[in-house]
Amino acid sequence: MIELHQVNRIFNQGRPNEFQGLYDIDLDIPRGTITCLQGPSGSGKTTLLSLVGCLARPTSGRITLDGDLLSDLPERFLAQVRRSTFGFVFQRFNLIRGLTVLENILLPAYPLAPEYRALRTRGQELLARFRLEDRERLAVEHLSGGEAQRVAICRALINDPEVLIADEPTANLDSTLSRELMAIVRQLKEEGRTLVMASHDPIVCKDAAIDHLVTMRDGRIISRGGPHGRP
Amino acid sequence: MNRFFRRQRYLVDHTLSSLRRHPGRNLALLIVYTLLIFLLASVLLFAGSLKREAALLLRNSPEIILQRQVAGRHSLIPAAYLQSIGRLRGVRKKQGRLWGYFYDPVVRANYTIMVPARDRPAPGSVVIGAGLARERRLGRGEYFTLRSAAGKVFSFQVRDILNPESELVSSDLVLVAEEDFRAFFAIGPEWYTDISLQVANPREVVKVAEKLTELLPDTRPILREEILRTYDAVFSWRQSVVLVLLVGSVLAFLIFAWDRAAGLSGEEKQEIGILKAVGWETGDILRMKFLEGGIVSLVAFLAGYLLAYLHVFYSPVMLFAPVLKGWAILYPAFRPVPALDGLQVATLFFFTVFPYTLATIIPIWRVAIMDPDMVMR
Amino acid sequence: MRSSSRFFLLVGFLLLLFGLTWLDGRRLNSRAGEARNRTGDLVRNLELTDLALFTEARYTRHPSQADLHSAFQDHPMALEHFPSGSLMAPPSSLER
Repeated sequence: MIELHQVNRIFNQGRPNEFQGLYDIDLDIPRGTITCLQGPSGSGKTTLLSLVGCLARPTSGRITLDGDLLSDLPERFLAQVRRSTFGFVFQRFNLIRGLTVLENILLPAYPLAPEYRALRTRGQELLARFRLEDRERLAVEHLSGGEAQRVAICRALINDPEVLIADEPTANLDSTLSRELMAIVRQLKEEGRTLVMASHDPIVCKDAAIDHLVTMRDGRIISRGGPHGRP
Repeated sequence: MNRFFRRQRYLVDHTLSSLRRHPGRNLALLIVYTLLIFLLASVLLFAGSLKREAALLLRNSPEIILQRQVAGRHSLIPAAYLQSIGRLRGVRKKQGRLWGYFYDPVVRANYTIMVPARDRPAPGSVVIGAGLARERRLGRGEYFTLRSAAGKVFSFQVRDILNPESELVSSDLVLVAEEDFRAFFAIGPEWYTDISLQVANPREVVKVAEKLTELLPDTRPILREEILRTYDAVFSWRQSVVLVLLVGSVLAFLIFAWDRAAGLSGEEKQEIGILKAVGWETGDILRMKFLEGGIVSLVAFLAGYLLAYLHVFYSPVMLFAPVLKGWAILYPAFRPVPALDGLQVATLFFFTVFPYTLATIIPIWRVAIMDPDMVMR
Repeated sequence: MRSSSRFFLLVGFLLLLFGLTWLDGRRLNSRAGEARNRTGDLVRNLELTDLALFTEARYTRHPSQADLHSAFQDHPMALEHFPSGSLMAPPSSLER
């Protein structure tokens, strides 16, 4: 589904603080699978995730989505692809403080401008699915860690994306909540979605649902395979 | 098309939620902004009303007033000039006018004492303006005493008080008989203050004025058109003096708004990053920021204008009457009538709403176009 | 109710009032018509040339009649217009 070919990413190119984050990345992400990127911090996982999710463009190389070239689309079209195909769960949740749970969840849908009542119902259904119905009008800064994580997942799902991207989804959760999260991940896979995650949490990386484990270090992929050493 | 409007409406929703996140700050901003517009609009509405009133009333003034000048100063005009003018072509009627000023130390106010062209009061009696009557607490039949320059005391009985509805032109008037005027000011029968002329054909006024200047070189004709132009200029001037002071406040306000928007907090930058990460385009971000400025200024403009309208045309207290009054003790009591000028309102709108909206949108331009992956860090 | 709905209602209401001020202006003007006509007649009968607004000084009371030596004349051919009322104290000769 998503293919990366010889992708490089250089930050602050041409300036004194130039820095290369990714070197010659080749990666295939098949549809309906869960790919997990593991590696120490600074290994380039987050950078790779942002390229996969069209949050940034590679300095060189190609990224395609179902055969269509993504890497040199203008920002406008990239934004359209981003909102209709991808859902993001960030490491620090990145919910907008001061807004309510429902307002946060509906945000990614605004540019698509669906009919309001239908959108609102969809948001409420997602909240119900993740047991957050009674949090609908609460300001997000009053949520617990686990609740915030689930709100972030609801927001990621509002546009019914094919691909979900999660950066260190369990970083701010205890082990019980982390296992709960992985149960949700498995559910999403069963729905036919494709997931790409970055994590160094064994609860995530060693989960049986993971199809591909990609190990990174210093901006390079050093090994790939299934979990438990499966190729 | 529908989707386009829905999308804009969602932006409005989000902008309002954003504004609600800092309710105290945004409410204060709204109040200050409304106050500024209130002041500006009040000045515009009041001065505009006076300007129009002047134009409508003073078009009944005499076509020509002939004034004598000695050493560049307004001096009394000889009655003999009426003969010299004789039967000048185009002049339907000519008449000597008698009027002058009197400073009353009792109330420290200036009066205009004049002999009316018609319906002159009998000697010993006066007709006074309603403002004067109010200030000196005089009623019909009561006595009104003035001391002349020579120190002599003159006592007049108030025969009538002019209609209060005409205070704008008659507030300080004291209408006296010709004999009383001449005795009080010690002006002999061979003099008048000036001469008023009625010209039958308005198109001939300038020609008549030219002939008068030739005939009587030490005189200056004052045309009705010039009178009207004076008042046009007067209200523009007075208006602009007050406006200049207010523009200073507006500028200070704009600088504050710019500063606030430019010093975009980390929180606001992060919000923009998040919005872009979840699929908002740069255009959506900019439109949202534009709406932030636009919503506040639109509400402030409408509220400020409405308050100004009520203030000028319905409230008995004019907040800046002292400025427009100057140091006049005798100020006419009158209720201004709206002279609504669409162009003026549009100009006010343009010069307040526009700069504020720009002041909030321009500083965030650079942030709005940044890459969303910054938010991942 | 949606935020935007509430906002549109508020703006709609304010715009309605704004529109009403125009109608009200017309109403006040027509109401003032009679009084204005009577005052106009007074101006004609008394041969008045100025508003009795600025009675603080002579050159401000009859600006249209003011001569060249009135204060703040900026051009020999220009008629009087005055900043003094707003900015300067009245001349001490008035305060006796």
